[in-house]
Amino acid sequence: MDYEPVIGLEVHAQLLTQAKIFCGCSAKFGGVPNHHTCPVCLGMPGVLPVLNKKVVEYAMKMALAANCRINGECSFARKNYFYPDLPKGYQISQYDEPLCRGGHLGDVRIHRVHLEEDAAKLVHAGASGRIHGSDASVVDFNRGGTPLAEIVTEPDVRSAAQAREWLTLLRTTLRRLGVSDVNMEEGSLRCDANISIRPVGSTELGTKTELKNMNSFRFIERGINAEVARQEALLRDGGQVVQETLHFDPRTEAITSLRSKEEAHDYRYFPEPDLVPVATSVEMLAAARDAMPELPAAREERLQALGISAADARQLAWRTELGDYFEAALASGNSRVGVQSLANWVCNELVARVGEDDPNASKVRPDALAGLVALVAAKAVTVGNAKLVLDRLVAEGGDPAQIVEAEDLGAIAGGDDALEPIVDAALAANADAAEKIRAGNMKAIGAIIGHVMRETKGRADGAEVTRLVRSKLGL
Amino acid sequence: MSATDVTLLSAAAAARAVQRGELSPAELFQAYRAAAAADELNAYLWVADEAQAPEAPAGAPLGGVPLAVKDLFCTAGVPSQAGSRILEGYRPPYTASVVARLAAAGAPLLGKTNQDEFAMGSSNENSAFGPVLNPWDRTRVPGGSSGGSAAAVAAGSAPWALGTDTGGSIRQPAALCGIVGLKPTYGTVSRYGMIAFASSLDQAGPLTRDVTDAALLLAHMVGQDERDSTSIGFPGEIALPRSDSLAGIRLGVPEELSGAGVGIEPGVLDAFGATLKLAESLGATVETCRLPHAPHALSAYYVLAPAEASSNLARYDGVRYGARVEDGGLVGMYTQTRSAGFGPEVKRRIMLGTYSLSSGYYDAYYGRAQRVRTKIAEDFASAFERFDFVVTPTSPSVAFELGAKTADPLSMYLNDYCTVPMSLAGIPAISIPNGLSAGLPTGFQLCGPAFSENRVLEAAFALEQAIGFDAAGARSDGG
Ligand SMILES: [Zn+2]
Repeated sequence: MDYEPVIGLEVHAQLLTQAKIFCGCSAKFGGVPNHHTCPVCLGMPGVLPVLNKKVVEYAMKMALAANCRINGECSFARKNYFYPDLPKGYQISQYDEPLCRGGHLGDVRIHRVHLEEDAAKLVHAGASGRIHGSDASVVDFNRGGTPLAEIVTEPDVRSAAQAREWLTLLRTTLRRLGVSDVNMEEGSLRCDANISIRPVGSTELGTKTELKNMNSFRFIERGINAEVARQEALLRDGGQVVQETLHFDPRTEAITSLRSKEEAHDYRYFPEPDLVPVATSVEMLAAARDAMPELPAAREERLQALGISAADARQLAWRTELGDYFEAALASGNSRVGVQSLANWVCNELVARVGEDDPNASKVRPDALAGLVALVAAKAVTVGNAKLVLDRLVAEGGDPAQIVEAEDLGAIAGGDDALEPIVDAALAANADAAEKIRAGNMKAIGAIIGHVMRETKGRADGAEVTRLVRSKLGL
Repeated sequence: MSATDVTLLSAAAAARAVQRGELSPAELFQAYRAAAAADELNAYLWVADEAQAPEAPAGAPLGGVPLAVKDLFCTAGVPSQAGSRILEGYRPPYTASVVARLAAAGAPLLGKTNQDEFAMGSSNENSAFGPVLNPWDRTRVPGGSSGGSAAAVAAGSAPWALGTDTGGSIRQPAALCGIVGLKPTYGTVSRYGMIAFASSLDQAGPLTRDVTDAALLLAHMVGQDERDSTSIGFPGEIALPRSDSLAGIRLGVPEELSGAGVGIEPGVLDAFGATLKLAESLGATVETCRLPHAPHALSAYYVLAPAEASSNLARYDGVRYGARVEDGGLVGMYTQTRSAGFGPEVKRRIMLGTYSLSSGYYDAYYGRAQRVRTKIAEDFASAFERFDFVVTPTSPSVAFELGAKTADPLSMYLNDYCTVPMSLAGIPAISIPNGLSAGLPTGFQLCGPAFSENRVLEAAFALEQAIGFDAAGARSDGG
């Protein structure tokens, strides 16, 4: 029997507001431990939370980007449990009246988006690295009370790869909105996955497990694959999946149980009496809508409509800075540049040279790259030499035409008399190859072209060389 | 004026004397400081020392008349323990908004008053620092939870005091000590810096010798506070009352809270009936009204308040401040710290609240109690269509003997029978001294719609003048 995974994701994204969600302390990552604190975020006796309105504004943008239905009124609730990183003994979150429900981002439906405060950071001294068995644990409350949006998807994801791809879209969307920097190392994006499997063709859901707190896209993919494999092996051996919360160790690939359903917390949710419900007005919604930038999904569609291939359009749309670079190059005004060939140069050649770095911060100005692509289109430089020019641009910047000129990299034009004697010499030096070509083996032309290219330092146009060879051999 | 003479003045009269230049605020402060330091009722947990005498506030509306403040208000650098062992010695880094507001208006901090632990109790016997004694009879309780504040004002060691009322914690001790206690409309006074018992019910209010003092203090307490999202302030200003008539006032007397079968002591009922007659003589009409859901108020209250408390008190975990008992691991520390730090009544309410919020019980307890709360608010709303005020005895009994009810929590809870409905409805209610029963004070409670404080104070003032209560029995010097 074949099984298919059914996966739902719960993503915690830290919102990039200046201040924390319920006090005026800085929400900036890092800093001297316990310096971004006040009586409110330390949970001192007698303090009260006051909602940071910027958090609502950011979350509304996020909800609009995910095509969510924003509720006219939302409210906060207390989620009660004891832990040293939770200074009040409860987390202020949203329960039965979240900011919004429904919606979709890409091909995955959104169940709900709600707001909550982050816990503080625990650091454990000792070998175990966890609270149990540690010699001592200390708490840094700088992170406590920073605003989080929790995005819960419907169980629409069918593979680990799809999960990773969707998270990439989410990350790009959040960055594009400017509401989160979505930096997994700094913990500003954390992901849990609810995973079950079922026989292919079945519409019933199997028993799910929850894989907690994965903090890199790679670990998420590996963790989901490992858990799906574990569940499959279990079912194939006639066993049953038990509902439990699991931890994936990326070093050992081991999956361990954190707690079973019986041990699950009873969070005793109840309406937060220290806060009043938040009314989301038509004006607030309109303001958020007006402030929306073009989102990756829309950009992808628009780029495809320009005639760019699906793969390049997605890459340009999902890497905002790459898309911005491309559009700047396109707008630099060289009408001879083909849209798709420019996309090729950005997505392949440029990315191969700058990697994950922001190309806008590189030495290659967008108009310089567009100029180089235009030189190629005009056959003023060969593709091979254009790549050398790009190497120079990446290393030193500058103007492509000047580099071509200074380095004598300009193509030898088709009508140029200079090419003919070189082709003649190449035919003479490669008589075997010439014979084979005459006999109909066109593969042998490579040796002739190679000879010409060596002689011209790559400045010859391959197509022109081929034309000359054929005519001289009477083909 | 001698020191004793000074402390005989009402707070408003003392403020006037300061403003006229007849009395120095330093002299006033020292007279009360000495009286508070000499307190024999265990009313204070902390008293300002002589060096802390504040600068005379020039032209401040409260004239430098010092203020006794219930322990649970946070006061920067000054012990604020909410009557609990778990916060023993805790000195907060900040001051509660209302205390800061009153200090700015010219009411400096005189001392911190004893209370039931986390405001849970009706006799002050739940304080971790020992019970407060009733100044009328030191073998009896002062009521609670603001028992220290009530006893201090009644005994004359404080000109006025700040208390908090969750289900009657200002009004009931005011009644048992023969003073005035006012619980304002929920949201008029900031809760920022008040150590929480039940957030949706807690409200700060004045405990004073007379209605005028209550109005004067309240006038400088109300106001919206950006640090408290639930604070709404007061529309307009609190005025000093001056009415001597109740002409045209319609008083509703709810059978459910004052009838023969509801367990109110005969002496208290007699005093209540006599004041109703007095009200009629001042021009009021008195009629029976109905609050059909009021008999369920106490049950709803003892679901809702403990539920909120179970969550509010979770922060006392030994991690950041207050007491900590080490016991190897984390769970051990939590358990030992909270076992040692909380008293039995607090533990009882944490257990009650935890239970009623538990999955599977939430709808049956918390959900149903919230519906009862709505019904009670509707009962009052319809009563106020026909009546200006609803009036009841404040407490079903006079001050009882220390230890009389400690073994029976349910009979202790019944002390709040007449005060809890107004708390659930969030409406203003005042208790004024209503004569004596067997030598001990009784209280008369008058409540009105939300934000009717000015009218409530006017009516209470008119009644107060007519009743002519003699408070001398509470003063050790005999007046
Ligand atoms: Zn803070």
